[in-house]
Amino acid sequence: MRFVDLCLCAPWTNLEQAKRLIAKSAELGYSQIGVPLPATIREEAVSQMRQISEENGLDFVTRLDLAPKSPDELLAGLRRFRSKFEVLAAICNSKVMARQAAKDRRVDLLCFRSLDPRKRFFDRAEAELASASGAALEICLAQMLSSLEVNLSVGFFSRLRREASIAKSFRVPIVFSSGASEPLLLRKPQDYAALSLLFDVDASCALEALSVNPAGVVERNRRKQSSDYVAPGVRVVKEARGR
Amino acid sequence: MTRLVRRRYLALKIECEEGGVDQRAVSDAVWNTVLRLFGEVGCSQAGLYLVHFDETKEYAVLRCSHKALPMVKAAIASVTKIDNKPTAIHVLRVSGSIKTLSKKVDGGRARS
Repeated sequence: MRFVDLCLCAPWTNLEQAKRLIAKSAELGYSQIGVPLPATIREEAVSQMRQISEENGLDFVTRLDLAPKSPDELLAGLRRFRSKFEVLAAICNSKVMARQAAKDRRVDLLCFRSLDPRKRFFDRAEAELASASGAALEICLAQMLSSLEVNLSVGFFSRLRREASIAKSFRVPIVFSSGASEPLLLRKPQDYAALSLLFDVDASCALEALSVNPAGVVERNRRKQSSDYVAPGVRVVKEARGR
Repeated sequence: MTRLVRRRYLALKIECEEGGVDQRAVSDAVWNTVLRLFGEVGCSQAGLYLVHFDETKEYAVLRCSHKALPMVKAAIASVTKIDNKPTAIHVLRVSGSIKTLSKKVDGGRARS
């Protein structure tokens, strides 16, 4: 099984730290990593990160986190950056934003970063929209570990359990990401799968959320960004000669 | 004769940023996490016991009951600090006996 971590917070400004984090990720058994990058990053910086990943035998995925304040800002961001990054995540800080992100087909991941259960907007209506648009729900496990440290875990786990159950009933894929910015916050995929017991996701679903689901998101976007892509289900197989 | 309680042995790798951690601290951290996450009933069912600890190799063997294995694995993965030092505990292998566990762990090390 190929394990994927779509949110490894390796700092592109500090290459030594990024190297340590990426090497640790490879050691723990991941084969593909997504690193959140700023929208204005230079191509050379991306190449450096890609090279570090390849040296460690990892497939590098570019990711952009959009945290807009209004739906219009989100649409402008999507229009501008969709073709430049392999994975686009929308960080939903308000309900309006969450709804707009869930119904847009260009959004890959819906992220709710707040530990406060009232500020997490993944309900049945949101799941229905996400299910139609093909967006996945991202659960950041470093955030979960930090909730345990600050004793906010009761409401947070209850909310996560509800979100996972809603996602399952509406067939919204769940993606588990580490969200780790330190090597000591990283865990093996099997350890993350064990952690999912805390919010009632069974081990097989958890392993899918760490492998098949994120890999599917990356593969779909790479296919869309390839030169032979025409429309969903249509691609150029061979060009006619003499025309 | 079948044993009343089936057990599982977990080989653990303990990673700590600043210096090492001692046996007592590791044992306490796992106990406290199981207690915090699953309560006193969960803790009583887990049957936790730190069988072996090697500070230099950052390696430990923990025993727990067969039924409590998922619970113990979740608790181990959620340990982030021991003695206020940032720490991570990784489960290397799980086995039903210490003999098989050491074979599996040594085999894994030899391959890598």
